[in-house]
Amino acid sequence: MDKYLNIGKSVKKIDATSLVTGAEKFTSDFKFENTLYIVILYSPHSHAEIMNIDTTKAENIEGVVDILHYKNVPRVLHTTAGQGYPEPSPYDTYLFDKKVRFVGDRVALVAANTKEAAVQAKDKIKVDYKVLTPLYNPEKAMENSAQQIHEDDEYAKIPVKYRPDINLAAEVEITLGDIKKGFQKADFIEEHIYRTQYASHCAIEPHAAASFFDERGRLVIISSTQVPFHVRRIVSSVLSIPAGMIRVIKPRIGGGFGGKQEVFLEPLVSLVTWRNKRPAKIILSRKEVFVSSRTRHPTRIRMKTGVENDGTITSLEMDGLMNAGAYGSHSLTVLSNIGAKVLPIFNKIENIHFIGRSVYTNLPIGGAYRGYGATQGYFAFNQHMDIIARKTNQDILEFFKRWHIQEGETSNVFKALGEGKEGVDQIIKSCKLDECIDRGAAAINWYNKRGKRIKSGKDRVKGVGMAVAMQGSGIPKIDMGSASMKMNEDGSFNLLVGATDLGTGSDTILAQIASEVLRIPVEKIIILSSDTDLTPFDVGAYASSTTYVSGSAVEKCARKIAEQIINVASNILKSKKENLLLDMGKVIDIRDKKAVSFEEISLYSLYEQDQFQIQSQASHVSSESPPPFIAQFVEVEVDIKTGRIYVIKFVSAVDCGQPIHPKLVEGQVEGSVVNGISYALWEDYLFDSKGRMTNNRFWDYKIYTATDIPEIETIVVSSYEETGPFGAKSVGEIAINGPAPAIANAIYDATGVRLFDIPFTPEKVYKKIKEAGRT
Amino acid sequence: MEGIFKINGEDKKFFFNSRAILLDVLRENGYTEVKDGCREGECGACVVILDGKLVNSCQVFAASAIGKDIKTVKGLGDIHSPHLIQTAFVESGAVQCGFCTPGMVLAAYHLLKQNSDPTEDEIKRALDGNLCRCTGYVKIIDAVKMAAKKMRKNG
Ligand code: FES
Ligand code: FES
Repeated sequence: MDKYLNIGKSVKKIDATSLVTGAEKFTSDFKFENTLYIVILYSPHSHAEIMNIDTTKAENIEGVVDILHYKNVPRVLHTTAGQGYPEPSPYDTYLFDKKVRFVGDRVALVAANTKEAAVQAKDKIKVDYKVLTPLYNPEKAMENSAQQIHEDDEYAKIPVKYRPDINLAAEVEITLGDIKKGFQKADFIEEHIYRTQYASHCAIEPHAAASFFDERGRLVIISSTQVPFHVRRIVSSVLSIPAGMIRVIKPRIGGGFGGKQEVFLEPLVSLVTWRNKRPAKIILSRKEVFVSSRTRHPTRIRMKTGVENDGTITSLEMDGLMNAGAYGSHSLTVLSNIGAKVLPIFNKIENIHFIGRSVYTNLPIGGAYRGYGATQGYFAFNQHMDIIARKTNQDILEFFKRWHIQEGETSNVFKALGEGKEGVDQIIKSCKLDECIDRGAAAINWYNKRGKRIKSGKDRVKGVGMAVAMQGSGIPKIDMGSASMKMNEDGSFNLLVGATDLGTGSDTILAQIASEVLRIPVEKIIILSSDTDLTPFDVGAYASSTTYVSGSAVEKCARKIAEQIINVASNILKSKKENLLLDMGKVIDIRDKKAVSFEEISLYSLYEQDQFQIQSQASHVSSESPPPFIAQFVEVEVDIKTGRIYVIKFVSAVDCGQPIHPKLVEGQVEGSVVNGISYALWEDYLFDSKGRMTNNRFWDYKIYTATDIPEIETIVVSSYEETGPFGAKSVGEIAINGPAPAIANAIYDATGVRLFDIPFTPEKVYKKIKEAGRT
Repeated sequence: MEGIFKINGEDKKFFFNSRAILLDVLRENGYTEVKDGCREGECGACVVILDGKLVNSCQVFAASAIGKDIKTVKGLGDIHSPHLIQTAFVESGAVQCGFCTPGMVLAAYHLLKQNSDPTEDEIKRALDGNLCRCTGYVKIIDAVKMAAKKMRKNG
């Protein structure tokens, strides 16, 4: 018999039918009487001071109601990063500033009765700029002569290194052991520089926010956000509106991937509503999403290792330089994760030095993006290890198995490096990475393909590559999720959670967890999420936290409900509590098989005797962040005459603990993999000499479509994480880490050519092949 | 200007600006199941079936669609009686955020009307104009296969 009723079952996703029939509402679908439409005027300059703004002509356009800019908005330094309080990102942003720092920085907004009027008026605003020298090259950002992008009075909320005077948005450094000694012991040194580029999340729903006053004069914000509670807090502090006056609702949201963990539109709509006492709405265009929302931070990562001839790594130095872009949102924590999520996987390396710097440039703003630094770090790490394994004549699979962290082990890095500050010590309780490696290798037919350089056409040759990764499950001792629950008279339950379903299916996952505890079908759980008035607090959807952290809160909450149900049942049945069991909507006495239904229990508790509402609440903070593990394999075909890469097959074998909903697990992996391949081969931001992004449309920022995908196989290797709800860990981000390095390693396997920069465009690949004389 | 459109079988009269695009006119009049993802003809979220053809409604002037037959995803089925293609999407796990879904479902519907037994390649090509960033397309392709099978069974 199956141990679980609902866990591990691909039950119907709760919102799937309503989504597929077009019944669900997204932010832009809400309509209000008398709405003000907002458009934003952006800077045409990379770096400039605004000498004056003249809005007279714009105000004269019929239908224009309000125009906001640096002269008439509250001047409050804040960060737009939707993180916990106090945010680890620097306070370096105003609603509108006197200075603009990249092409696409906001200068003013127009609110008008129609969108057309707002657009017309926007073009009539006269801005006098004093153009300043721009800074585009992050590698030059800290040089003395470099133009200072941010001001000296901007600051970090937590005690970390923040130096606007030298364009340093963040810095982290850890040293473990003796790095020098380690290098001396080595037989050889392997050192390379790896580079990753800008990328856009490309959630198909562009960012949107709306606000209005409800009947009682409270401000309601509807937003396509991953972090409704942080929205409430940040809007409250930037606009000095008491949090109790604000209600934030997240309806359905059309994908986030980190791009919507950013609070930059909500303060604007709120301010317009607040000033004009009218509903306000903003919907970004695709171009605005590309240029003026947030991106994946580009990085340059230098890896230096001391290696003995048997492959032992005696010292490892990782030096990450991250381009924060014009503002420092997430610049400390993404940077930290380049090391924190990568280095612990090889926990046997004793001597480690990690240094990371985030620097300001006059380019688009970085932010949270699925993988969150781990993607950039693993790109360097996995190629570097492939190089070492090859140089020391080792089978890369055996090499990984020998060095990776195992169950019962820890890494010094866990404690030394957290998200922007010290981390939290932990011992790995579940790790099935060996099994992931073996099963993934079998699925790609590794040993029959590796190193074989199989010709598949006149100019085509095949190769295989692989990569491993770990991520985390929430931010330990920081991320908190909570839930409340009550029982209805038919034995159904309302489950209220602050957790934020971005389309990942977390509403369904959380309902599964609650229903498993109560041993009832999932349909008996009525879930409502992400409404700051109705649901209890949750940090929101980021850091792969929802299943693990919010799920644990739901599990605790449901256990309390179960206890109350048992108490009432024991009164009704006159049975001892310890003899009672929950089973399919009934409580049964295991000795005499007497039973009472949930319905009867609920009616009894509500109407008959010692009346009370069966209800409960619980919060959860985890003291650790158990990593999921993954091994990813790819077979590619390289056209040596054109440099084109064809991905033939991609296999992921993932250990995410007990999968709560296997299909949703696969969905997370498949979505990450395709995004990852698209990032590895195609996606990039192109800029002209003035710092303008030139490919800001889907026409020329191509992402993968159905015809582009290779054969994709996902193997869910189940394990059991004792600290997680029903043994679960996370899976939302991890699978985006492997595609780029695995493909790079496969290209090498096919051609003997190494690509140290993503994306692997035909031009780059061809050039390398030509240089190596392999055409 | 004004015009009558036959939307999901019902005649509807709308007033609109002569340069308005069909996407906006539909959304303003409550057909919010037609999604706006780029307004550039590149994402397919705004797809409708216009006189039997699959079109990006952001690339069509509303004026040019007057008198024509328009089908949105709501015209296939609703929450009480979803269309078999819609059920196949649900059962295959093809719906994550659901923003691309109305367009995907209509693209699938359009394909299956013409070809009840498509190959995997034909399915992929039929979905080529529709971007999805959540699913990696794997389960969407599964859904179309499942729907095709079911439709063939049902005759
Ligand atoms: S909105 Fe029409 S194709 Fe994207
Ligand atoms: S399901 Fe989210 S874009 Fe397709």
